[in-house]
Amino acid sequence: MGPLIPQGIIGPEWDFIIALLLGIGFGYTLEAAGFSSSKNLVGLFYGYDFVVLRVFFTAGATAAAGIILFDYFGWIDIGRLYVQPTYWGAAIVGGLIMGLGFVTGGFCPGTSFTAASIGKIDALVFVGGTFVGSFLYGETYPLFKNFVNSGNEGGIKVYDSLGMSRGFFTFLLILIAVGMFYAVPLIEKRVKKPDY
Amino acid sequence: MEKEVNKRTNPKKYKNPYLMGVLLGFVLIAAFYFSGRGLGASGAPKRVMAAVVEVVAPQHAEKSEFYSKYVKSARGPWKDWLNFEVLGVIIGGFISGTLSGRLKVKVEHSPKITSRKRLAFALIGGILFEYGASMARGCTSGAALSGMAVLATGGLVTMFAIFGGAYLFAYFFRKLWI
Repeated sequence: MGPLIPQGIIGPEWDFIIALLLGIGFGYTLEAAGFSSSKNLVGLFYGYDFVVLRVFFTAGATAAAGIILFDYFGWIDIGRLYVQPTYWGAAIVGGLIMGLGFVTGGFCPGTSFTAASIGKIDALVFVGGTFVGSFLYGETYPLFKNFVNSGNEGGIKVYDSLGMSRGFFTFLLILIAVGMFYAVPLIEKRVKKPDY
Repeated sequence: MEKEVNKRTNPKKYKNPYLMGVLLGFVLIAAFYFSGRGLGASGAPKRVMAAVVEVVAPQHAEKSEFYSKYVKSARGPWKDWLNFEVLGVIIGGFISGTLSGRLKVKVEHSPKITSRKRLAFALIGGILFEYGASMARGCTSGAALSGMAVLATGGLVTMFAIFGGAYLFAYFFRKLWI
C-alpha cells in the first residue's frame, strides 16, 4: 500500500531515481502541451489561448479523482500524503506577487525550466531571476517572518473548509472544469491571437 | 491530405491539452503513490541558492533563519528530492522539444517590444515569482497543482491568488504581450 517510499516498502535509495523519472514525465507533458512558450502561457490572462486552464484543470481533477480511487481500492494511505499547511495571509500575498511575476515574466518556475531546456533565452533569464528572488527572500525573511508564519491552520482540506465530502467536492471540481472547457472557446473565438 | 502532411511536418503542433492534462495527472498520482508528495519547481532554486550562500558566506548561511533550514537539513541542500525532480523536468522538456523539432536558441517576444525589454521583464518576473513562492510555500506546481490533487485549502487559495493576481495586473502589462 502506498505511499511506497515514506512507508519503507521500497528503499529510500529509489527516492531520487523516482524523483528524476517523475520530473521527466512532468517536463515532457509541459513542453508537449506548449508550456515552453510564454506566448501560450499568458494567453490565459488576455483571453486568446486557454491551454493552461485546459491542462491544469484536467491534471488536477485527474489526480484528485485518482487519489480517491487509489484510496478506495486500498492502494494508498491517503492520510500519509503530504498536504501543505494553510497560512491564509502568506498564501494570498505570496500568490498575488506570483501573479505579478507571471504577467511580467511570462513563465512560472516549472515552465521556465522546460522552456530554457529547448533554448528559450527569455526562460533562462527567468530562471536566473528565480535564484535572485530566492536570495532576496532569504535576506528579507526576518522582516516578514512574523507575517508568513502567522495563522497556521495546518494541513486542512478544502472540502472540510466548505463542509462537503471529499467525493462530492471532487465531483463539483470535475463539473466546474468541464463547464470551463466548454466556455473558454467562446472567448478564444472573440479574441485575436497575437501573431508572432 | 494537405492538412495531414501539414500536421506531421509543422514543428509548432502541440499535443492535445486534455491528453497532456490526463498524463500530467497520472504523473502527479505516481508522485503521491511512490513518494507521498506532489510535484514542485520553485523549491529547487531555493535550495541551490542556500547551498551557494553557504559556500560564499558560511557563517551568514548558518545564522540566517531561512537558509539554515535547508543547509542544516539531514541530507543538505543538494541531495533533495526536488532538485532531482527539477533535473528531470529539464530532461523531459528537452526530450519533447527534440522529438517535435522545437529546439531553437531564441528570445521569444512580441514584435512590439525589443528583446532587451523582454529579457528585463523576464528577470523581474523570475524574481517576483520565486519571492512570492517562498512566501506562499509553493508555486503553481508545488502549491496550486499538487494542492489540488490532495484538495489542500492552502493550495487552492494560492491558486486563486496567483491567477487572480495575474488577471488583476494583466492590463498594465498588456503591451508586453498583445
